[in-house]
Amino acid sequence: MTKQQNITTQSEPAATADNEPRLVLRPAVDIFENGDAIKLFADLPGVADNTLSLEIDDQTLTLQGDIALDMPGDIESLYADIRSTHYQRAFTLSSELDTARIHASLANGVLTVTIPKREEVRPRKIEVTAG
Amino acid sequence: MFGSITNWEGDLINQFNRLQNDLQQFWGSPSGPANIRAVARGSYPSINIGVTAGSVEIYVFAAGLKQDQFELSVQRNLLTISGDVPSTRPEGTTAYLKERHAGPFRRVLSLPEDVEPDSASARYTNGVLHISFQRKAESRPRKIQVNA
Repeated sequence: MTKQQNITTQSEPAATADNEPRLVLRPAVDIFENGDAIKLFADLPGVADNTLSLEIDDQTLTLQGDIALDMPGDIESLYADIRSTHYQRAFTLSSELDTARIHASLANGVLTVTIPKREEVRPRKIEVTAG
Repeated sequence: MFGSITNWEGDLINQFNRLQNDLQQFWGSPSGPANIRAVARGSYPSINIGVTAGSVEIYVFAAGLKQDQFELSVQRNLLTISGDVPSTRPEGTTAYLKERHAGPFRRVLSLPEDVEPDSASARYTNGVLHISFQRKAESRPRKIQVNA
């Protein structure tokens, strides 16, 4: 029984067979949180403003970027630590984060994303009165 | 074959094989000699080196510095790249992930023998330091005219 199922599922997605998995770089990130917001820093060296994309789909934050280097035309590789030009990484957010007010900036290859928390979930100090 | 849920194990093994091949190509055959200054992959910062007929181009992937925070020195054909990545951690926060390099770093590269150490130029854009060396004129490939 299971064998038959295998055959049917295998013949179906032939169209995706051409989709060679692309080598993707996973950028190093730092994530910090305080009472007001979550702050994410990602190292994306080689990515410029116009090759960066930051998307929020439902509760998933996806960052992608392409390395654009200024290279002479006849260059041949001698040694390479970086073997792809595409960065990608995704994070699941949680409901207390206010995705409408995300702020992002890119400077010297470091992407900074600030995701504020909704007003109502921010920690409040409770005054203790003597008496 | 592709995309089947039941076949994922095979695909994973293929990917491992490919990874292993890549690594082997990178390090050469197990018996072959490696560069004495070769470092483990994953050392910070990542570096790519390319050559053209007239120059050697080095790309250092070090985000988050200012151009004057790098220190470069050349001694014969040894290039030393060092610097200090400032910490970005805001005061009074909890850290969930800390993968980015922070603090000092240093990497030494041996360049091809024919570089002109005095010809170096370096430029820092979008977190990539691009260092360029001219190669000695006598070692550039020359066309030889064939006469009838």
